[in-house]
Amino acid sequence: MTTRRIEPLVWLMFSGGGVIAAVFLPVLVFLFAFAFPLGWITAPDHEHLLAVAGNPITVVVLFGMFVVLLVHAAHRFRYTLYDGLQIKAKVATAAICYGAALFLSAVAFFTFAFLLEAWG
Amino acid sequence: MTVPRSEPLTYRRPVSTWWWTRKRTYFVFVMRELSSIFVAWFVVFLLLMLRAVTDGPAAYDDFLDWAASPFVVGLNVVAAAFLVLHVVTWFSLTPQAMAIRVRGRPVPPVAIVGAQYAGLAVVSAFVVWLVTR
Repeated sequence: MTTRRIEPLVWLMFSGGGVIAAVFLPVLVFLFAFAFPLGWITAPDHEHLLAVAGNPITVVVLFGMFVVLLVHAAHRFRYTLYDGLQIKAKVATAAICYGAALFLSAVAFFTFAFLLEAWG
Repeated sequence: MTVPRSEPLTYRRPVSTWWWTRKRTYFVFVMRELSSIFVAWFVVFLLLMLRAVTDGPAAYDDFLDWAASPFVVGLNVVAAAFLVLHVVTWFSLTPQAMAIRVRGRPVPPVAIVGAQYAGLAVVSAFVVWLVTR
């Protein structure tokens, strides 16, 4: 069964994503969701942000982190539906959750590809 | 009944959809798990920000205005509360998930939790320096 073989990998990405969500995500949320839009801290000018965010090292690190975060979220939400809301359609919920993670990972891939192009 | 069964016929008491509202610990458990959807939202939010940065200074200014609109701020406040719940519960669960030993001696859980908050502080300081310098 293929599901058996990928299961450990999914749990590994779940743990990795949990660590990233706890260690990296809070500061990004603080800056970009609150401090910059609400003017608590002067937002960096566009030129500087493009230079930092579009740097190939940043792009590779962020893309890797985003994919792992999406798998973490999909995996956890799948079990929230199963245990929490008692939705027992296992295959359908798994397909929707991992499918959404895969779709958003593809969106992330193209977002970063265009960002790299704008930087270079 | 002539249909062969592989499982014994046992009665399973149906579980209510709202079982987790009856006890505080159950409620916190489901809220903790629900933080996942808000983690995914912040990934989408950051992707929108990066797309705006890609599109140029005007799009970046538009993104900052959109992110300051009441609906988005409200959504982000709720999402940030769930993220904080994730951080606190994730850090406090780590010592239970893995027993760390240094020179044969088990590291006390308090030290593991403390080290994670120290890691969070260092990473946060680095990101703030990188973005705002």
